[in-house]
Amino acid sequence: MTALTQPRFLSRVQSRVPSRFLPVIATFVVFVLTFGAGAVRYEGFASGQVIANLFIDNAFLIVLAVGMTFVILTGGIDLSVGAVVALSTMIAAATLEAGWPAWLAVLAVLASGSTLGLGMGLMIHKLRVQPFIATLAGMFLARGLCFVISIDSISIKDPAFRTIATETVMLPGKVAITYSVLIALAVVAVAAYVLHLTRFGRTVYAVGGSESSARLMGLATGRVTVGVYVISGFCSALAGLLFSFYMLSGYGLHAVGMELDAIAAVVVGGTLLAGGMGYVGGSVVGVLVLGTVQTIISFEGTLSSWWTRIVIGVLLLAFIALQRLILYRQRDL
Amino acid sequence: MTESPPLVDMRGIHVEFPGVKALEDVDFRLFPGEVHALMGENGAGKSTLIKALTGVHPLEAGEIHLDGAPVSFPGPAQAQAAGISTVYQEVNLCTNLSVAENILLGREPRRFGVIDGRTMRARAATLLARMGLTIDPGSALGSHPIAVQQLVAIARAVAVDARVLILDEPTSSLDTDEVAELFRIIRVLRAEGVAVLFVTHFIEQVYEISDRVTVLRNGKLVGEYATSALSRIDLVSAMIGRELGVLEEVERRSERRSADPAPLLRAEGLGRAGAIAPFDLEIHAGEVVGLAGLLGSGRTELARLLFGADRADTGRVLMDGEPLRQRGGPRAALAKGIAFSSEDRKADGLVADLTVRDNMILAMQAARGWARQVPRRTADELVEKYLTELDIRPANPDAVVGTLSGGNQQKVLLARWLITRPRLLILDEPTRGIDVGAKAHIQKVVADLAADGMAVLFISAELEEVVRISDRIVVLRDRHKIAELSGSAAGVDEVMELIASGSTKVEALS
Amino acid sequence: MTRTRLLWPALALVALLLLNLIVEPSFFELRLQDGHLFGSLVDILRNGAPTLLIALGMTLVIATRGIDLSVGAVAAIAGAVTCTYIASTGDALTAMALALGVCVVLGLWNGFLVAVLGIQPIIATLVLMTAGRGIAMLLTEGQIVTVDNPLFRQVGAGFLFLPIAILISLAALVAVALVTRRTALGMLIESVGVNPEASRLAGVRSRTIIWTVYVFAALCSGVAGLMISSNVSAADANSAGLWIEMDAILAVVIGGTLLTGGRYSLTGTLLGALTIQTLTTTVYTIGVPPEVTLVFKAGVVIIVCLLQAPRVAPALTRAPQPRQVEEAMAR
Repeated sequence: MTALTQPRFLSRVQSRVPSRFLPVIATFVVFVLTFGAGAVRYEGFASGQVIANLFIDNAFLIVLAVGMTFVILTGGIDLSVGAVVALSTMIAAATLEAGWPAWLAVLAVLASGSTLGLGMGLMIHKLRVQPFIATLAGMFLARGLCFVISIDSISIKDPAFRTIATETVMLPGKVAITYSVLIALAVVAVAAYVLHLTRFGRTVYAVGGSESSARLMGLATGRVTVGVYVISGFCSALAGLLFSFYMLSGYGLHAVGMELDAIAAVVVGGTLLAGGMGYVGGSVVGVLVLGTVQTIISFEGTLSSWWTRIVIGVLLLAFIALQRLILYRQRDL
Repeated sequence: MTESPPLVDMRGIHVEFPGVKALEDVDFRLFPGEVHALMGENGAGKSTLIKALTGVHPLEAGEIHLDGAPVSFPGPAQAQAAGISTVYQEVNLCTNLSVAENILLGREPRRFGVIDGRTMRARAATLLARMGLTIDPGSALGSHPIAVQQLVAIARAVAVDARVLILDEPTSSLDTDEVAELFRIIRVLRAEGVAVLFVTHFIEQVYEISDRVTVLRNGKLVGEYATSALSRIDLVSAMIGRELGVLEEVERRSERRSADPAPLLRAEGLGRAGAIAPFDLEIHAGEVVGLAGLLGSGRTELARLLFGADRADTGRVLMDGEPLRQRGGPRAALAKGIAFSSEDRKADGLVADLTVRDNMILAMQAARGWARQVPRRTADELVEKYLTELDIRPANPDAVVGTLSGGNQQKVLLARWLITRPRLLILDEPTRGIDVGAKAHIQKVVADLAADGMAVLFISAELEEVVRISDRIVVLRDRHKIAELSGSAAGVDEVMELIASGSTKVEALS
Repeated sequence: MTRTRLLWPALALVALLLLNLIVEPSFFELRLQDGHLFGSLVDILRNGAPTLLIALGMTLVIATRGIDLSVGAVAAIAGAVTCTYIASTGDALTAMALALGVCVVLGLWNGFLVAVLGIQPIIATLVLMTAGRGIAMLLTEGQIVTVDNPLFRQVGAGFLFLPIAILISLAALVAVALVTRRTALGMLIESVGVNPEASRLAGVRSRTIIWTVYVFAALCSGVAGLMISSNVSAADANSAGLWIEMDAILAVVIGGTLLTGGRYSLTGTLLGALTIQTLTTTVYTIGVPPEVTLVFKAGVVIIVCLLQAPRVAPALTRAPQPRQVEEAMAR
């Protein structure tokens, strides 16, 4: 009898505490390892500025991943984010070219992104369309609308945009960051606050755990389901703005496949694709891991950029395998 | 007690689903400070009535009064806000959230607009203490056993100062102690003036806890009775509306079998960590072996190991003295003539969206492989045969199986296995959650099959049923096989005593 | 049930064709030249052949509750393998066989992740979708490999009265229809799709079936990849088969097969694939920039969803789903 209960008891104690955090810890370890590998291999890699550049080059992806984290936590998926980023750059560029003031252009971008998200959310909630299909439609629509605005790339010459794009903030240790990084970090902070300290956030987790239970518990599942797509749409639009700061142009072929990067970052960041488990912080580290891989490949010089995709694929695989392992252990409880 | 006005008064309730009249002109009253049992066979409309009350199903006709005022809830959230809380048979909570969140989410304490985690945990701890639970409110709900989760669900229900507490078959996953614990809590709530609506399949529990009983049959009201004034026989006949003759047919057979000394199946030291400790077992042709034990004693686990549904850590299974292929899984067992009708029809029994015909021939087809389709005529003949023999309704081979009632689904599942002509049939809770008539029918079928030479391993939570139907009884406790009883030693009292006894070292008493 | 499901895609297709006829009265004209059939309708079929082929494999994958996002990447790999091999040896037959062999391996890989490791299909195939184009780029070393091989050119651009690509896709459709409906494969696929665990316990070789459909899907993608690269006599790892997985999934969904698995309709998929291709052609005909086609595709998805909604939405909110009714009745 003891022989039978002992290992059960042990495994319970071992896995109860960290199993929720295990993927995030693993992500962090992977980040430290990849970054460490870069630091050992290349001189000047382990500088504050390289880390800052990780944030600067991926600020838009961080914002995108935050929105995607909300969606995936409810067990959904948002394929439209890359296309919405492109549409946002396009709207920003076109409205600025038409002479709109910068603040109005920004508002227009954020409003249209959120509205698209609202539309997809309503389709998913009211019409019971699967998230995959609804956001696929959103993706087609957003990409197509880019080309309705213009087939060609439009450059952004607005002084306000240019200023935000090029101005840097000096941190102690002579490390420079852009405003985009500050915006991205603010988004992360707000997202963490909402997810962990508000009823909306906890309901996001509840819906991901079991939507039918959450509904029977009397929680506002409908509002949350629609809400996460609005949040994701808003984040995509914001990421699109950051991306237009980065590229200083609007183009319908910007950010092709970026939804995959966002999903990859969230998964590598330890969020369970079935929903209900994961952290925004994890997604940020996930983005940093992807960014580090890219940086290493560019430092290497001889490696072609398509290696990035292969490495991301391998990382995805590794983290999916890890998730399976955790689920197996939970089931054994 | 009945002099005060009813708290809930439902009158002339009609509920319809496409093609089905689920409730027809049903009245129901619930008074404060009473435990009211709602009884009926499957398909009687108990759940529908509850869901009509809580706003899950819209009414075609009828009205609901709460405290004298007419109400109509658009959904369970609004019903809950009005003080009507429901605890369902399956625990409807979120296992990925903490215990405290599961109890209080939706009305969580806040400070400056932010969830106040500390107060929330403290308040949850108080509520849990009232239910006699001392678990950590901060722990994930999923880390606790189902029974605890069930009590947490009740804690959530009473946390709202519920005036009406609906318990929809809350005891089906609890063992005796846990049921006693639940009843203690129900009594506390009753004393506080809460009206408790209690749905159960167990007649004993009705007499133990309830003050009044309402019986439904086929979506219609049979009557409302004071429990103390209603005899068990009257209750049962009100529920099924016919004599219990069929039950008597399945008389317990004495040990008429000992002819064939070579066992059909032999398990040697079969075991799996965390599921069941290594055990030996022999089953002979033409014999019904019953598995008795409480929920969680390893009944289902034992059956799944025999069938290869789960992989064994130790030991082996032999059919006719030949070992089954290691790691062969269900297919190896099926090839040797073992069939396993699982406990959970919906999850791992039927293929809900396929027709009755497809479901029935599925196992036969799987055995033939996809390339050799079962000829349409053979399939039709077999399906027709079992539709008649098992009295499946509707007797339509093209009906989608998900639309059938629980008892008929069970029969379809049984037919699937009978079509494969197994030599050993493992039935895990074939009579759970189905009505009395179908139950008796299935018991009779089992007895007939054994008489024809089939070996049957019969698992049921109802001890009386196991005792009545089995030639030999294997008793399990705490994931150990503790005894084998046969003949006069295999009575309800004997088995009960073994299950309740403390020592694990009971030798086989045959 | 199946009839009404097929009604809407069929109507959409007819409406689109009629629209074309109004805009371009010569739309339905066919002409015979050197024993080859030409015309707008033939073009639709030919351009839609790769999508149809991939959608065919996708239908079976979706019927098992799965999805295969990697088909576009697999198509790109098939083209890359063939063209690089032809470029170095000139042997088209071996090249194509080699490419299809690689596709089978890729299908086995997807099937392994889904059937053996039990990873969610959308994620399991996301791995190959992400890494696949990288692998194709690796094979072509980032270049667009052009080849000039008459045999290889036949696959995508050849004629046998009708374009060979059409014949291949239609032959595959007929073969799949025969194999799944004349044997028990179709029923077993549906059974696995509706309830994998019940199927396993009934002795169905779920693993083998799931594995088979992923290999078949990869094989279809491979052939489609050959068509695509043969049509332009080049392998472009970046853009060959880009977004074709989305078109294929769309075709399956328009055809009435639910993403939740179970019952599927091959005829529906055919209609879906044709609808999508006709839509693309229509956009050309009415003179809208081709990039804007995406907006119309989005429109089609939304319309299809809206059309299904009156049936689906109340079914889910008011509970007359068969299973829920049963549940309700059972208590």
